[in-house]
Order: sequence, then structure tokens, then C-alpha cells
Amino acid sequence: MAGNSVLVSRRALIGGLASTGGLMLAGCSGEQPTYGSLLRMGDNFTYGAQRLLLPAKALAREYDRSAISSMPAIGTVDPSRADSEFYSPEGGAAYAALKHGGFADWRLRVDGSVARPAAFALADLQRMASRTQITKHMCEEGWSSIAEWTGVPLRTVLEAAGIRPSARYVQFHTFDGIIDSIDMVDALHPQTLLAYGMNGRALPISHGAPVRLRVERQLGYKSMKFLHRIEVTDDFVDPGRAGPIAGGWAWYVGV
Amino acid sequence: MEAVSGQYQDSGSKGHRLWVRLTHWWIAVAVLVLMFSGFTILMAHPRLYWGDTGNDLTRPFVELPIGPNYKHGGWQQVTPFFASPGSAVTAERHFYIFNQNGWARSLHFLAAWAFIVGLGAYLAFGIVSGHIGRALWPRRAERRPAALWRDVKAHLRFPIPAAEPGGPYNVLQKLAYCLIALVALPLMFLTGVTMSPAIAASYPILLDIFGGTQSARTIHFLTFAFVALFLLVHLAMIALTGPLRQLRGMILGR
Repeated sequence: MAGNSVLVSRRALIGGLASTGGLMLAGCSGEQPTYGSLLRMGDNFTYGAQRLLLPAKALAREYDRSAISSMPAIGTVDPSRADSEFYSPEGGAAYAALKHGGFADWRLRVDGSVARPAAFALADLQRMASRTQITKHMCEEGWSSIAEWTGVPLRTVLEAAGIRPSARYVQFHTFDGIIDSIDMVDALHPQTLLAYGMNGRALPISHGAPVRLRVERQLGYKSMKFLHRIEVTDDFVDPGRAGPIAGGWAWYVGV
Repeated sequence: MEAVSGQYQDSGSKGHRLWVRLTHWWIAVAVLVLMFSGFTILMAHPRLYWGDTGNDLTRPFVELPIGPNYKHGGWQQVTPFFASPGSAVTAERHFYIFNQNGWARSLHFLAAWAFIVGLGAYLAFGIVSGHIGRALWPRRAERRPAALWRDVKAHLRFPIPAAEPGGPYNVLQKLAYCLIALVALPLMFLTGVTMSPAIAASYPILLDIFGGTQSARTIHFLTFAFVALFLLVHLAMIALTGPLRQLRGMILGR
């Protein structure tokens, strides 16, 4: 018996060492490309460590209405403006037409690793069970603000489209040409919303109308504005210059 | 006179132990990288606030005149969110700001991992071996105001006698080392992780301890300023007390 317990603890030790090694390896050869940069390897290590050490279901703090603060609109404030920080001529033209029609013709396409690819109108999303949360937005620049967000949990929409068990990432396409993804831990998190309301009104254009993402446990740039397509993938898909990694930014920003 | 200068004389110093030397240089390199990358991050938004929120549309606790983003202004389309007077507002930014956070943030967190490993090893060795209690913690007699004052006067007298690397340390030295190793550096770690949205979601008590994300950021900066001041005084004291001997002591032991 004593020998057995030594064996078990040795096995546990080896398992522990192996998982630590796995973490180190994830830092160097994870699914997210590093482009050979030591900094990106560090980002992957932080991602692995946070996923390993932090509870997956922890909720970001929610506040009272009295805590709502002023909030700057930065990056792209209207995808139809050609002088935006991010601009896609195709997306910009499409957005201009939709804006002119009060977003009545806007559709959110959900495809990829789902059983029933679909296109949802704003009214379709608004008919689903909504969630309202007052949370803090933290920008990588260093500032923060608190606002009330109303929308449908991303999970609800993914389940409506019949997300496949093999799905591992959810990638978002925006009218200003940004393509970026989150993993299933964040995608299925109850506070991850497709938000169409802000501070009790329709989401303003400068904050991402008609629908933006809210990912409350990462920095602001993961809460993408001006969504038009959600693509569920089984593997990590690197969008190149449309995404953060090729541009020299971390893909996971829980820090 | 004799007693005071006696504090600086060799009285049984064994030099710096290997683990002290290793963790000293490991932490020193990590801290220098953290200071450089952290300052670059601060330049993107050189405004400090108190509480949980703070941005260009709210009033700062202080705005630091560092870099091109100092008081850049220029916000357009200021729109209130609510009808009530004094309502929170939004506004648009249509211009580029200085922002090197792509590499600066990732470098900061890479160095932070090294820092955590180094500081953790130092504190573990230091506490278990009794080194911190023996060599750094001021003794009861040293904590008396008269003893402190005597040491202040001794420091103001030039030339400062050449100190033996590895102590024993005088009381001001002990206080400085205790403040940096037991207070400032652990505080840098705690205020740093408080700013992480994922860590704060898991441990919201951090937000309560420091009074919010922006308070933690402000304390992080003030502690950085203390670490920078410590570094300047530390280098000055080494320069004044036989720099080559001190440097050799921290590399080779003695």
C-alpha cells in the first residue's frame, strides 16, 4: 500500500511536471502564431497561465447605475469615414448604406462550425432573452469607463445556430475590416454579449452600432464594434493583418 | 564617533551568499525592463485618477507632462448619455495619439513573469533561511529615534567609510532594503494584477483593497517612483563606498 501511494504521488508529480511543461510549450508553439517574436510567446504563456490558474466562470464586477461614467469613443467611430484609424472601402460602403436605412437591412451572419448557418436581423436578436449589465471597459491605453450594456448573450446566438461540439474559437468580422477571435471560455461566458443597447438607449454609432461585442474579462479592443459576421472555427485561424497578432499586438488580453 | 564608524567596519561579514547574488541580478534586470516598458505604457495615457474609472472625459488626479499625449485635447461631438444636468458624456477622437503599447505591454508582462519568479524565490529563501530576519529587519535598539538620528548624521558626514559587501548593514540601509523588498516590490505586483480584467474578475477583493482599477494604477505609479528613487540612492551609495569592491561583492560574493 505504501509503495502504491508513492507510485500515485510520483505519477501525480510527473503529471504536474508534464502540465507545467505543456504550459511552457504552449508559450512557444501554441495555436496562436508568434511570428517568431519572443513577445508573442510571452502573450501565449500568459494566456495559458490565466486559463490554467483562474476560474473559467468568474464574473467581472457589475456596478450600480450611479457608477456610469463618461466614455470616449476611439479607434473607428464610423466605418463609413475613410479617415478612420481602421477602414475597409467595401465594409465602409456597405455600412454607409445600412446606416442610411436605419440598419433595417443589417444582418448578422453566423456560419462556420454550426449546424444551421443563419443571418439575424436586429429585431431577431432583440426578441431573444436579453441581459443588461453595468461593467467596466478597460482600454489598453490605460483609461477605464463604466457603462450599461444591453444585448443577447453570445452563447444564446451560438446555440440558436447549432454550434458544433468541435468548435473551439469564435471569430468576428467588422465593417471597419477587423477580424479577431476569442476562445470558447470567453465565448460561452454569461457576460459575453452581442450588445445593441448602451446606457438605456440604442447603441450609438461611435460605440459600434448596430451591434458590438462585449468581452468583460479582456481589454477593450477585444469588444469589437460594428459586427457583421460571426464565424465559428474548430482551429485557430490567423486573419493576418486584419487581426492583432500580425500587427504586433497580443491576441489574448486578460492582463 | 568610533561606535558610528564601527558600524561600517568589517565585523564578521561573510559577503553576499550565492542565492542573494542570483536573485539580486535576476530581479534587477526584470525591474529595469519593467520600468522602461511601464514608462512607455504610461506615456500613452499620462493621466492618473482615483477610483474605478478615469479617462480623457473625466478629471484626472494629476496629468504628467511626459511625451506627446500630454494635454492633447481635441475631442469632438461631445454628447451626453442622459438628459439630467452634469450627465456622463461620450466624445469622439479623430486623431492619432502616441501609442507603443503593442510591444510595451507584452514586454512588460514578459518581464513581470521573470519578476514574480525572482521575487518569489528571494522572499522564500530570505524568510526560510532567516536572512531577512537576521540581516535586514532592524533590531530593537536600532529602531530607537536616537539610534536612527545617529545613523542619519553618519550618512551626512563625508567621506562615507567604505562598507564591507554583504553587511552587517546600518539601520537606514536595513530600512531601505526592507521597504523595497518587503513593501514596494510586492505592492508593484499586487497593484499590477489588480489592473488585469481577468484577475480582478477572479479576485474582486483586489479592487476593494486598492479602491478600484484607476487607484491601483495610481499607486502602481507612485510605487514605481519610490523604486526609481531607491535605485538612484542605491547607485549613489555604491559609488560613494568603493564601487568596484561593491560590484565585485555582488557578483563574486566578496
